[in-house]
Amino acid sequence: MIKLIKFILLILFLILSFQKLLIANNNSLLVDKISKNLRCLICQGQSVYDSQSDFALSIKTLIKNKLQEGKSEKQIYDYLKNQYGEWIVYDPEFDKKNLLLWTFPLILFIFGGLLIYRKVFIN
Amino acid sequence: MKKNIFYLIILLFFTFIFTIFYIGLDKPNFYTPKEIKNKSLEEFTSTELFSNEQFSSNDIIENNKFTLINIWSSWCVPCRLEHAALMDLSEKTDLNIVGLNYKDKKNNAIKFLNELGNPFSKILTDPDGIVSISLGAYGVPETFLLNNKSKIIRKYIGPLTKENILEIIKIIK
Repeated sequence: MIKLIKFILLILFLILSFQKLLIANNNSLLVDKISKNLRCLICQGQSVYDSQSDFALSIKTLIKNKLQEGKSEKQIYDYLKNQYGEWIVYDPEFDKKNLLLWTFPLILFIFGGLLIYRKVFIN
Repeated sequence: MKKNIFYLIILLFFTFIFTIFYIGLDKPNFYTPKEIKNKSLEEFTSTELFSNEQFSSNDIIENNKFTLINIWSSWCVPCRLEHAALMDLSEKTDLNIVGLNYKDKKNNAIKFLNELGNPFSKILTDPDGIVSISLGAYGVPETFLLNNKSKIIRKYIGPLTKENILEIIKIIK
């Protein structure tokens, strides 16, 4: 009987520790994912994930801490945007200021299509 | 006639694009942070360098006094250069100067202060750079001027210049 309890306890211990490992692993994947979407503000052309600068290392630690506190991905982006501005994220939000940036490729595409249409079908 | 208008539109279009890129050439390609004004101090806690006491962000503001938070480190060369200016400020004004020791070793920090003097009323430590992020800082040295309502009214990136010091003195008078 004692043997059986010991065996069950051992199995439970293994399951729990494995789960903990899994969560830790998940978190580190999420840290990588979030830091790939952040611009390292003091290094040129590098993401926080790529950079080994003090700034980037601190941001990575911060992301890890925030995830452990149970913060969501969006909350972390919002926090950093509030501290450093929109520039820190690689994916700018669609708003009035960058309307042209988002619609310009579409305009070009339609314009080009019209040009081809005229050349091929009308002339 | 129709063809002319068509070519004119294309010409205008390319002139427009050319102008945008031409103006873009003059812009610096490194990030120049926006000046933040009247931003409230985020909450944080940190350990004091000498006493190992825990301090929160609210504890560093002294009543009716302006506070200057200076991020520094013993390994940072520009910090060494601006230190004399901070010493000057602490002697000549009643500004509450708080140091934030960034990613430093305690022994080295104390050696630095013994050599160059200690202008700070308190020195908080930031071993992993998290406190600096809650201030919105990029690195060392960086200085924040706070009014007595713990609003950040000025932010100086890099070592303090003579002009910065004059500006600070003018504001706190």
